[in-house]
Amino acid sequence: MPDVHSLVNEFVIKLKKRQIEGSKTTAKLTAELLRSFISQLRLPHSNQAGALIDAVKEVGEKLITAKPVELAVGNVVRRVLHIIREEDLSITNAAVGGLNLASESDDDDGNDEYDHPVLSASAVAAAARNALRPPSLQTLLDDIPHAAATPHTSSSGDDSEGKSKSADSLRRKLKHDVIEAVNELIQEISTCHEQIAEQAVEHIHHNEVILTLGSSQTVKEFLLAAKEKNRSFRVFVAEGAPRYQGHAFAKELASRGLQTTVITDSAVFAMISHVNMVIVGAHAVMANGGVIAPVGLNMVALAAKRHAVPFVVLSGVHKLCPLYPHNPEVLLNELKSPSELLDFGEFSDCLDFGSGSGSPLIHVVNPAFDYVPPDLVSLFITDTGGHNPSYIYRLIADFYSPDDLVVQRKSAS
Amino acid sequence: MVRHQCACKILQPTNTSPDTIAGGGCFDAEETGRKTIGGCMKDSGEDRCSGKGRCGNCGGKTAGTFGPCVLSQLSQSGVEMKGWTESKFLLSCNKNPLCWVTELHHPGEGGKTAGGNSANTTKSAKPAPQKKDNSSVAASERKGGDRQTDKDRKKDVPHPRMQFDDENRVEKAKKRSVVKQAEARNRVELFRHLPQYEHGARLTDLESKFFQLGPVHPAVYKVGFRYLTGDISGGNARCIAMLQAFQESIKDYSTPPEKTLIRDLTSKINCYVSFLIECRPLSISMGNAIRFLKRRITSLPLNLSESEAITSLVSDIDRFINEKIILADNVIVKHAVTKIRDGDVLLTYASSSAVEMLLLHAHELGKRFRVVIVDSRPKLEGKMLLRRLVGKGISCTYTHINAVSYVMHEVTRVFLGASSVLANGTVYSRVGTACVAMVAHQFRVPVLICCEAYKFHERVQLDSICCNELGDAEMVSRVTGREDINSLDGWTSSENLQPLNLLYDATPSDYVSMIITDYGMIPPTSVPVIVREYGREYLLI
Repeated sequence: MPDVHSLVNEFVIKLKKRQIEGSKTTAKLTAELLRSFISQLRLPHSNQAGALIDAVKEVGEKLITAKPVELAVGNVVRRVLHIIREEDLSITNAAVGGLNLASESDDDDGNDEYDHPVLSASAVAAAARNALRPPSLQTLLDDIPHAAATPHTSSSGDDSEGKSKSADSLRRKLKHDVIEAVNELIQEISTCHEQIAEQAVEHIHHNEVILTLGSSQTVKEFLLAAKEKNRSFRVFVAEGAPRYQGHAFAKELASRGLQTTVITDSAVFAMISHVNMVIVGAHAVMANGGVIAPVGLNMVALAAKRHAVPFVVLSGVHKLCPLYPHNPEVLLNELKSPSELLDFGEFSDCLDFGSGSGSPLIHVVNPAFDYVPPDLVSLFITDTGGHNPSYIYRLIADFYSPDDLVVQRKSAS
Repeated sequence: MVRHQCACKILQPTNTSPDTIAGGGCFDAEETGRKTIGGCMKDSGEDRCSGKGRCGNCGGKTAGTFGPCVLSQLSQSGVEMKGWTESKFLLSCNKNPLCWVTELHHPGEGGKTAGGNSANTTKSAKPAPQKKDNSSVAASERKGGDRQTDKDRKKDVPHPRMQFDDENRVEKAKKRSVVKQAEARNRVELFRHLPQYEHGARLTDLESKFFQLGPVHPAVYKVGFRYLTGDISGGNARCIAMLQAFQESIKDYSTPPEKTLIRDLTSKINCYVSFLIECRPLSISMGNAIRFLKRRITSLPLNLSESEAITSLVSDIDRFINEKIILADNVIVKHAVTKIRDGDVLLTYASSSAVEMLLLHAHELGKRFRVVIVDSRPKLEGKMLLRRLVGKGISCTYTHINAVSYVMHEVTRVFLGASSVLANGTVYSRVGTACVAMVAHQFRVPVLICCEAYKFHERVQLDSICCNELGDAEMVSRVTGREDINSLDGWTSSENLQPLNLLYDATPSDYVSMIITDYGMIPPTSVPVIVREYGREYLLI
């Protein structure tokens, strides 16, 4: 346990110090951390899923509060919780199916041992209560007596050898399944770029002009995949002040043989009338289809809407956040250092406090992100295919459970 | 009356007086190698025109195919030519000095030449290359009166600008240019029609040529140099500097023998203008100012002595600067200050002299407001504005153009400057203005443009590509003050990579709420009205 705790703390410190950049990296590291955490967790005999969920929520809360603006962390935590619930449900379903068979053969063979674990009816019922179920009045009422029911199950579970063996293997099975599923999640995060890039050839045809801003790994793979298929097209890259990542991006695209032109961000409106498509990456996608994107993309999206140019957002599924944004510009944004815009030395005489009023005369605003509302986005391309912004809320249900929207450990009642 | 059009089709024939015929053409002496003066081969002993010759003005060979001898041409076409004599090859058409005009006179006139009017710069003609051409009106022929005849109105159609993807024109321009320009490497294909030159070499080239630039007055040279280095920038500043340089050169002017003041001075001004164009393409306000100056020159009465003419011109220029720029700015500020209320948050983009004056004046009046300055690369002009405003005690917020959506929700008014406002209401201004206006429109914030009326133009433009100015590409690839950003070093070696430095863009008129000019506060749709009603007035003063 101390091992894992130190890992968790290390990760939290790295997040706070912003040493981890990029949602894909963050998501992958979070998933790996949770995997090691789960594998080292010792679960009680009963209500394993509940205990697992509580433990993961505790760690998850720590991770999320370390860097709230990095939504990928919360996404992965919620995915893992969803995985736990799902695995639990599938095990329970399998057990119920096994129980039905067992009850039939019980009459026949009496005390014969069986290969597959068999549960008593009460244990099954208890497990079914713990499993993932859509919230309803019954589950709310059941929650209270269920805590009393579990000791019964455990105390009455000592009748047969098969029972304890089944409990053991059941426990192991849950953890095993969860870890397998988390491995799949990690795999999915790692290969999201390839999946998205496969769809490139459907969207980019010959002699197109594509506009992008700043630098995004996903966009790069997308464009290069289209280039591999011998589609010739040109790219305008807006430099993306104040980080100017567009420069390195353009250089790399040009070195791979794409005709690239670097323009300043202010020239976007001037150039967009000659552009066929705008392709950008995202920092996070919210449940209403809105996009948290690098700063400047709202301006680009507005210009694209004015000129009826499709605005395509590429994002892996791990960036999909089940939260609806409220005032995202302020709450989901980060203000960076003014030194990127103004040289402190140059303006040292003006940065003093103004005469009399005591408040500084110069404020410098340097936000890191922009919110693009869903009506400006034409298409989302994810590893599961292309989607309309209005469909995103439905995708949420595939990956997240509604219980997990607020990741807070319930205080022991 | 018979009219012939010049073969280069640039010069429209004039109708100076009903008794003259003007005709002309260009020649190609290469094929014949014969040396003749002007067009008519009669001088060289031929009795039939063969269409080859040399320029009557400078003696250089010319290109063209039109048959030169007007007399023979006309008689061949059946026009009754009895009694007409051919006069000397007097004038260049000033559009293209290699093109000439012959004037023929009916002997009944007594051989009086038609004076300097016919070939003067009623079209405000500048020698090619010219980026923007101004419309032409034969103002000298019109004897006052506000109504134009149909013919005159047709001549008002602006000439098409020089397009740099036309090979022939570019070659011609290159031969005549004073400053040798190297074509930029890695040119952007979309902008083939605009000049893209390398900036690095021009400075040293110009410096070395200083003592050889005979025709260029030192004041003009100095101003051109300052344009090249970017020392003077901004529509008003450039215009004032240019006019003052012209003032200097006019004060030092003396008419050479055997030439008339008007024509010679006009050709000198043309020469200076072409020099300035090579340093940096003209802005629209400068074009209007030049048109004004040329019109004043050509409308000088012939009986003035040289010193009187010079003083009159110098005072005209002073009056133009005062009335059209300085006083106009004061009027604009007076109007616009009524639009600022206490508690306002005003946003401005880059640096405009009119907006700066407005903000300082409003602060002096004691209004309480905040300013948001939006800045962008590569010029980063907002920093200078920030310094000046904070120095006067106005509290400012500084940000870059990408963050304009972030700050716009608290802004109450947007004040922008313009390089020019075109006849369809489009605002032609520093690149990035369109983005700011668009985001303001999205947030329902009123956008007010402060622009003097002399910057209006009857040209129209739909997008920012067909007419623009391309700056130095190095300024995009290098980020001043951030040495860590050097990914684009060595971009010239990669043939796929082109940095593009656009200097202007066109803001559509539906993003603009109001334009504040010295004629009042008008909607963008009223701009062509001002150009039409007041255009003649102010140009003729």
